[in-house]
Amino acid sequence: MGNLPLLKIEGLEASIDDTMILKGINLEILPGEVHAVMGRNGSGKSTTAHVLMGHPDYEVVNGSVQLNGEDLLEMEAFERARAGVFLSFQYPHSVPGLQVGNFLRRSVSAIRGEEAAKGAEFRNLLKEGMEQLGLDRSFLSRYVNDGFSGGEKKRFEILQMMLIKPKLAILDETDSGLDIDGIRTVAQGVDAAIRGSNSGALIITHYNRILEHVKPDKIHVLIDGKIVKSGGPELANKLEEKGYDWVEQEVMDNE
Amino acid sequence: MSEDARSAVGDYKAGWHDPENATIRFDFGLSEQVVRDISALKNEPEWMTELRVKAFHHFNERPMPTWGNMHMLEEIDFDKVCYYLRSSDSTEKNWDDVPEDIRNTFDRLGIPEAEQKWLSGVTAQYESEAVYHSIREDLEEQGVIFLDMDSGLREYEAIVKKYFCSVVPYADNKFSALNTAVWSGGSFIYVPSGVHVEMPVQAYFRINAKNMGQFERTLIIADEGSSVHYVEGCTAPTYSTDSLHSAVVELIALPGAHIRYSTVQNWSANVYNLVTKRGIAHEKATIEWIDGNIGSKLTMKYPAVILKGEGSHAEVISVAYSGKGQHQDAGAKIHHLASNTTSKILSKSISKNGGRGSYRGMVTVSPKAENCKVNVVCDALLLDEESRSDTYPTMEVGNSGARCEHEASVSKVSDDQLFYLMSRGHSEEEALALIVNGFFEPFTRELPMEYAVELNQLMALEMEGSIG
Repeated sequence: MGNLPLLKIEGLEASIDDTMILKGINLEILPGEVHAVMGRNGSGKSTTAHVLMGHPDYEVVNGSVQLNGEDLLEMEAFERARAGVFLSFQYPHSVPGLQVGNFLRRSVSAIRGEEAAKGAEFRNLLKEGMEQLGLDRSFLSRYVNDGFSGGEKKRFEILQMMLIKPKLAILDETDSGLDIDGIRTVAQGVDAAIRGSNSGALIITHYNRILEHVKPDKIHVLIDGKIVKSGGPELANKLEEKGYDWVEQEVMDNE
Repeated sequence: MSEDARSAVGDYKAGWHDPENATIRFDFGLSEQVVRDISALKNEPEWMTELRVKAFHHFNERPMPTWGNMHMLEEIDFDKVCYYLRSSDSTEKNWDDVPEDIRNTFDRLGIPEAEQKWLSGVTAQYESEAVYHSIREDLEEQGVIFLDMDSGLREYEAIVKKYFCSVVPYADNKFSALNTAVWSGGSFIYVPSGVHVEMPVQAYFRINAKNMGQFERTLIIADEGSSVHYVEGCTAPTYSTDSLHSAVVELIALPGAHIRYSTVQNWSANVYNLVTKRGIAHEKATIEWIDGNIGSKLTMKYPAVILKGEGSHAEVISVAYSGKGQHQDAGAKIHHLASNTTSKILSKSISKNGGRGSYRGMVTVSPKAENCKVNVVCDALLLDEESRSDTYPTMEVGNSGARCEHEASVSKVSDDQLFYLMSRGHSEEEALALIVNGFFEPFTRELPMEYAVELNQLMALEMEGSIG
């Protein structure tokens, strides 16, 4: 059981408007693992997140993606969500008139089933999550992401993750726009949701900061649509210190 | 299902029809004789007969409006409309006494159930006449009058004579003239001073026959310091030929009174809905129109409030949904005649599949009206490229002390917004329904809960099959 990958990406190539962005991604995440993808702007980090979630603007040209052995690429975004994929958006969209509480209940119901969105378990989970994230009760009657501050948006994404309990949580730059307390809270949320479970997480980030709190099992460096280097947590420190130039140099030397 | 049902469009759920068992049915077409016959049939006082005849002649002479949707208006064939049809000879107080077909139809529409749960009184009109009417006893004991309009005229002639056409003169427009000439049914409500009708009273209007004209007339008088919430709903079968619904509603809010009038209009897509609704608010009175237009072929309706008394307040909160072949030309009119009066207009429209939504509004502030406040917000949401939204706002402010705010926006549903909701497990149609219901939320939250739920379900149905 432990050795079957939760997520298996093989030779993934994807384009948008006929421009190739992902040029052959290979990645395996085992149950209970947290991985991080780092890279410069434009390296394909956010595209990876969007392609995994199934954004219709991206075309998958080649490769395969499996979640617990199921072919994700065959599914529409909402089916992937129901299969257990969750994306914490870098720029979450607002839905004026749709109340947070109502949205959470409907989403949990759509993904985990009606029963999970009812009764004491849901209420307790919601209460705990909101306390942990420092969100006030009045938050529930606000409209989804409408007039939220940057920090509120990110906290709301994590709250959704905590309630939805995904098998695979993808966090797209969730740390940007958060202060250090916010980052710590998010990291705790990820830990609580992933560690010791059969779930996994893929953290996409520019910075080392969130990784100091989450402590990923593996770090991958993405350059020009390919994972060029993978390693343990020490890789993040090295990138923080030296930037990406040395990785690029290594790649050129190897070619 | 008959031939006509084959043209049933989309997911309209109220499009069935009963066999036509008319006890009295007038031939198609309109003449002075038809008008006199309607009046004679109802045994009306002479002043009403003469008022009808005057209105008929005005209707004949008055040209069609030269605005709104002239093309669709010109398609109305007034000679192919049945102006009076009676399916039941009496108005019953007990559903069991209503003819079975008709009772089943109202059952399917959920009216008796709603009545038991949350209404103070119900009137159900089928074609030209009310077939069922009832009011809670405790309200009757407090002196609340809630009758169908014909009974109102018979039993309270003096009140009716005083107020009938006092807010909407018959010559106000072509369709108010038509209604005054051939009106039948509708509600008559009087709420005595200081009485608060806690639960809403409801009227439901059903057209069943083909090429039918329904011309109900409603008059609501709220005496000093009283309050009432009136709710109306309506549906019709889907036919390949058109029907005409042309109502007149007059509201009188005496000093300190509060009238709220809520409508969920869900006519089938072959009904012309040309309605005049207007209220007068006296000192410190409030009139609110909560107006939802989901169905019909062409709706032209601009609920109006005349703020006649100092410190009076008006609100018009409306939504319009226009699908394929539909044009909702809706809006609001407010006239600030007195000082310290305030008004708020919120209009939301959604257009889909080439549907067309127009906001047409007029706000005037008279030179003598000091310290008035006006707030107008119009938002349109387009669901595709072929749909259309127009805004025709007019403000005539004669007093420099007035504070007027006006905002308008047009937005589209973006792929990113849909993707965000889909990533939370909602199919594309569900996601669209969430966006649409959210857009209408400022309206639905003003409705009684049962109506709000129904409206949300209605919109979710409209979103089904809308994704290419």
